[in-house]
Amino acid sequence: MDYPILSIIVFLPLLGALLLQFVPREKANLIRGIALITTLAGLVLGIPILTDFVADQSAMQFVEKQVWVPGLGISYYLGLDGLSMPLFLLTLVLTVISVLASWSIKERVRQYFSLLLLLEVGMLGTFVALDFILFYVFWELVLIPMYFIIGIWGGENRNYASLKFFLYTLAGSVLMLVGILVMYFTSGLNTFDMVQLMQAGYTHYLSTFVFATFFLGFAVKVPMWPFHTWLPDAHVQAPTAGSVLLAGILLKMGTYAFVRIIMQIMPGEFVRFAPYIAVLAAISIVYGAYAALSQSDLKKLVAYSSVSHMGYVMLGLASLTQISINGAVLQMVNHGLITGMLFLLVGYIYERTHTRDIAKLGGLSIKIPILGGMFIFAALASLGLPFLSGFVGEFLVLLGSYSAYKVYTILGVLTLALGAFYLLRAVQNAFYGLPPASMEDFKDMSGREFMSLIPLVALIVVFGVYPKPLLQYIDPAVSAVLQIIRGS
Amino acid sequence: MNYLSLIVLLPVLSFILLIVFGKKLGDKAAHLSIAAVGAAFGLSVKALLDAMGGAHADLSFTWLTIGNLKLTFGLLLDPLAAMMLVVVTFVSLLVQLFSVGYMHGDKRYGWFYACLSMFTASMLLLVFSSNFVQMYMAWEGVGLFSYLLVGFWFEKRSASDAAKKAFMVTRVGDLGFGIGLIILFITAGTLDMSQVFAMKFAPETASLIAILFFFGAIGKSAQFPLHVWLPDAMEGPTPVSALIHAATMVAAGVYLVARAYPLFEQGPAAMEFVAIIGTITAFMAATIALTATDIKKILAYSTVSQLGYMMMGLGVGAFAAGTFHLMNHAFFKALLFLGAGSVIHAVHSQEIFDMGGLSRKMKITSLTFVIGGLALAGIPPFSGFWSKDEILLGAFESGHTAIFAIGLLTALFTAFYTFRLIFVVFFGKPRGHHGDHVHESPAVMAVPLMLLAALALTSGLLGSPFMGNAYQSFILGGHGGTEHHINYLVMGLSIGVAVLGIFGAWLKYSTNLLPSNVMSKNNIIYQLLVNKYYIDEIYEYTLVKPTHAIARYVLTFDQRVIDGAVNGVAWVISRIGGGLKYLQTGYAQNYALVMVISVVVLIIWSFRAIQLF
Repeated sequence: MDYPILSIIVFLPLLGALLLQFVPREKANLIRGIALITTLAGLVLGIPILTDFVADQSAMQFVEKQVWVPGLGISYYLGLDGLSMPLFLLTLVLTVISVLASWSIKERVRQYFSLLLLLEVGMLGTFVALDFILFYVFWELVLIPMYFIIGIWGGENRNYASLKFFLYTLAGSVLMLVGILVMYFTSGLNTFDMVQLMQAGYTHYLSTFVFATFFLGFAVKVPMWPFHTWLPDAHVQAPTAGSVLLAGILLKMGTYAFVRIIMQIMPGEFVRFAPYIAVLAAISIVYGAYAALSQSDLKKLVAYSSVSHMGYVMLGLASLTQISINGAVLQMVNHGLITGMLFLLVGYIYERTHTRDIAKLGGLSIKIPILGGMFIFAALASLGLPFLSGFVGEFLVLLGSYSAYKVYTILGVLTLALGAFYLLRAVQNAFYGLPPASMEDFKDMSGREFMSLIPLVALIVVFGVYPKPLLQYIDPAVSAVLQIIRGS
Repeated sequence: MNYLSLIVLLPVLSFILLIVFGKKLGDKAAHLSIAAVGAAFGLSVKALLDAMGGAHADLSFTWLTIGNLKLTFGLLLDPLAAMMLVVVTFVSLLVQLFSVGYMHGDKRYGWFYACLSMFTASMLLLVFSSNFVQMYMAWEGVGLFSYLLVGFWFEKRSASDAAKKAFMVTRVGDLGFGIGLIILFITAGTLDMSQVFAMKFAPETASLIAILFFFGAIGKSAQFPLHVWLPDAMEGPTPVSALIHAATMVAAGVYLVARAYPLFEQGPAAMEFVAIIGTITAFMAATIALTATDIKKILAYSTVSQLGYMMMGLGVGAFAAGTFHLMNHAFFKALLFLGAGSVIHAVHSQEIFDMGGLSRKMKITSLTFVIGGLALAGIPPFSGFWSKDEILLGAFESGHTAIFAIGLLTALFTAFYTFRLIFVVFFGKPRGHHGDHVHESPAVMAVPLMLLAALALTSGLLGSPFMGNAYQSFILGGHGGTEHHINYLVMGLSIGVAVLGIFGAWLKYSTNLLPSNVMSKNNIIYQLLVNKYYIDEIYEYTLVKPTHAIARYVLTFDQRVIDGAVNGVAWVISRIGGGLKYLQTGYAQNYALVMVISVVVLIIWSFRAIQLF
């Protein structure tokens, strides 16, 4: 690549956000247009990444490296491998969709889209940063726009939810910062270079402490039981695009950080604590599903289902087999697509019905057959129906986990029944039957909504029917992770 | 492209076109779907002929690779698969033809055919699979379209309840299948069928895996104790009941056992398990059918019972007999369901005691229904007789005397409830108020009935001594045939109980020879049967309600204990620091808070960095 493609893609939205400051704030459509074009341009610029990425190579690609603060060993270091590339592209796709989903935002439009673009910078940066300081900056950058998006454009209880989200994840990232600094001062390498630390491996009498800080920081983000209670509140209060990105990308930052940082820089600690992580993962799987079952708020239901699905990801990682880790990484992407789609649809439905309470809904498949069909499709994908992408990831996780954790794997399989139960129950109560007499008429899916949903439908089907192309990128990177772990 | 893949792809193509253009196509939706399945039927016949000639195609493509794991999917054509292909495409074709009349004017006509198309494609893929994961995927696929079609009239609560129940109950069985797949993979290192079948397993391992697989079959083929979904699934349109819930999908469990037979045979415990579950199911469902009064429910319990019969056959080692019964049953039970559809179409009721004397007004329907009934009751030379007799023979000769005896008793009940239905519905005087407007169904519905009746009359002969047991030698091609002979004792008993059952039904429902109180409704047995052994109620109290209770408990725990702890920590910190009184204020203060925290963090960090360098 003869131009710094990653930097261009990562900072393009920043440019868009700056541009927005010169647009009069009452020109809402122009603002939306600029935001859409900026994110679309990012997506188009991302095409060469897909075409030029060398699949069977585990080293970092599209690398950009500049010394930043020489004395402290900080560098501006970006790169992609098979773990981050799918998530990076997922971010590009979901941001475009989020912009489309945000057309209905009417207040403080300019500020909103500026924050959304800023958020994209942070998310993209997190997945490409290979220097701890850079990583931390991007990680924090995600936090602030999301805090405002929930806090300003959120629902009734937005102040509580946004502050909870902020403090909770801030506490997590402060811990992570402490871990980074301790690692820096004790590793003897005087560098924040993640690749170098991966190669050297961090072992020190403080490793357990560092592990603990990282673990807490990331577990909050995933979120793993019992650090998950910020999630239902944040989701319920967030505007649609906020929920989509929260579930689609922000949660994956947590699991990605587990693979990228803990598993590769401190493999020994990860192996040592994997059995405990697996316990928490198994609890998350079962607990999230039960909590989703008794929900009558559609958004909360999807939020708790995320706790369960992310549990599968963590179980796959903790099992430390090639198949299960591949499954986990795949599941990160798939969960982003599927849960993103579910939140999108809950948002579209809420815009029409002004309620998310399943008990007050009914017969939506008669009122809005296409949106209803889309929701049922997403629900089926979420409950792990084969030929849709959710199946492949969870199947591989469970196939790979059995040799490591028989009981948790069987629990994970059994929970699939609960997953079907809560989703089909929601589908039945909200979409089947006759609409309540009080429900007014409203239009079915609009063209804009169609455009936001159809890419997700396509990707969910393609990855479900034929996962090989995606796995061919992920597998070499997973091999590299396992090599590090076996060497520890 | 090989023509075998077209068999699956044509209905998929039809599905895609119907989803995209369904609304615009109107009535033409049916033509498209029928053309696709018709072509698939033609190609399936070709596949059958090729399989007779010994072809054993195994197309394959790599679905995914991870490290050393390579999951290869393909199409496996052997006699068993070829037989199923023809059965599935043929029944699907006739059901789709029938539906042109039956579903005429329905507002979701295009969607109906789209679902039928994709169901057929999934079922064909299931039949064709060369890899257990692939089969599992198709297996879930047929379950999905069964769900969508049972709930086709989703405005009705009972329909959406039935759809959800069908999906949930079968999924519970599928979890066993799924765990079986995982254990098979860990044990064998592959999920490719031909590789698995070439392996030797320890009997305990083979039994464990086979029994786990069989859980899937218990769900899909509605075996005891997971049979409860099938009678409810009758909420779907009747053609759907004929295709999915009589002829094809519910037979998938039987097919799975037959498909994985090399594995089952290595696990004697699994074989016994299959035989016992099959026998319990056959008997139990037949007894429930004795008291049911809804024409579709009677047929549904009959299906459950007959599927149990097939399992019984496979379990006692009568592979050919079990699969033979699968084929015969597919034809005659599709016939009976479509016949019931024709009746319902005319009478607008499903209660048999609302009907009566229909044979005078609906000649084709009645005649074909009686042929189907004779096949089900097991009267020679109708098809059911030959396969039922072989199953009983298998049980008898393998020394399963108890199973044989229960099988005979089941055959007696079967003949009785079948002809109870026939005498009440088609003979005697008209009941209810359907009166004079009853008429025969149009040709598009009558022709499929006649074609299926022809098969109900003849398909059994394929496995009869008159044709040199052609079916058995074909299907056993790969298994090494067993010798066929006639056991006149078994045959005599089998015919005897069938005749006795029909005679009993005639005596009770067609004559006044018996006193009317000969079968009292006030005894315990009648109550047990009419309440279907209270199995639904048992599930309600042991499974459904506790699940909801746990869910509510978890949610309360989450809000009170975990979130309570989180808020408690926040409260303590705020008391200590006094800084979090911004918690309930507007954004301006929150801004400030963010700024303060960020600045503090940055200062601490810079301070540490500078201090040390």
